[in-house]
Amino acid sequence: MKFGIVRFPGSCDDVDALLAAQRVGEAVMLWHADSDLQGVDAVIVPGGFSYGDYLRAGAIARFAPMMEEVAEFARDGGLVLGICNGFQVLCEAGLLPGALLPNISLRFVCRQVRLDVMSEYSPFTRACPLGEPLSIPVKHTTGRYYAPEHGLADTQVLLRYAPGENPNGSDRDIAGVCNESGNVFGLMPHPEHAVDPLTGSSDGLAIFESIRAHVADRVVA
Amino acid sequence: MRARVLVRPKAGILDPQGQAVERALPALGFGGVANVRVGRMIELDVDDPDRLPEMCERLLSNPLVEEYEIVESVGAEAPVGAEAMGAEVAQEARP
Repeated sequence: MKFGIVRFPGSCDDVDALLAAQRVGEAVMLWHADSDLQGVDAVIVPGGFSYGDYLRAGAIARFAPMMEEVAEFARDGGLVLGICNGFQVLCEAGLLPGALLPNISLRFVCRQVRLDVMSEYSPFTRACPLGEPLSIPVKHTTGRYYAPEHGLADTQVLLRYAPGENPNGSDRDIAGVCNESGNVFGLMPHPEHAVDPLTGSSDGLAIFESIRAHVADRVVA
Repeated sequence: MRARVLVRPKAGILDPQGQAVERALPALGFGGVANVRVGRMIELDVDDPDRLPEMCERLLSNPLVEEYEIVESVGAEAPVGAEAMGAEVAQEARP
């Protein structure tokens, strides 16, 4: 399968996302100003500071030509994963519910967190070991997730910070959510930084492996 | 036309910046302060002020978590800080 990673001016986790995706499949970089998805099976909107995050995190990046393609890809059921700034971009674009607000501490937070996986059926978490928390790092200043009560079903919450681990004051300990149809997923933690035991954990690989397994099943079907 | 857009966290949205200010003021001897909200102000020259609400909805604010207020400063009022920006700017803002 082939992943496409959207690179904006100001992206900084695009290469890590590319290398992580390459551990389970092929991966190519997609330039924000282009509008050719190059036939990818899944899109990753990576972390960083797209367009400098001027105004609000993700607010300007969502108007990039490539994001229009990504939105159409998502409407057609394509898998889209947004990590950190990518999550902020997808929320601003209306592809995911809710918004990311400044951390309750008003401080940059950078540390390993434990995450509880809430669904074993999602295309993004199906390869996660059942009942075992994932250890994945967060690094952000604007990661406090907020969604109105009625705007988000419980089934859309795929990841929660384990009890006592919430690093930013997110509503209901939410770390990652998907859209109603389940094919767009955003999370603040960085699975692409947790793919090798050398750097502390390889739990993040399960997210990429889940996507690969889902696409493989779809091809067979 | 010179316009001013005020953006602030919606009621019910936790505003840690506002809380920090609210804690700092009494420490300086300013008692009797409550419900501080910190937002931002955007000033802009617009040809068509009728399009301001759309600008606010689509870019200047995130309507899910922020509310905006449009102040059309058409009168004799010069934009805040115009003096510092040079007389030319202040001149334009006057009718």
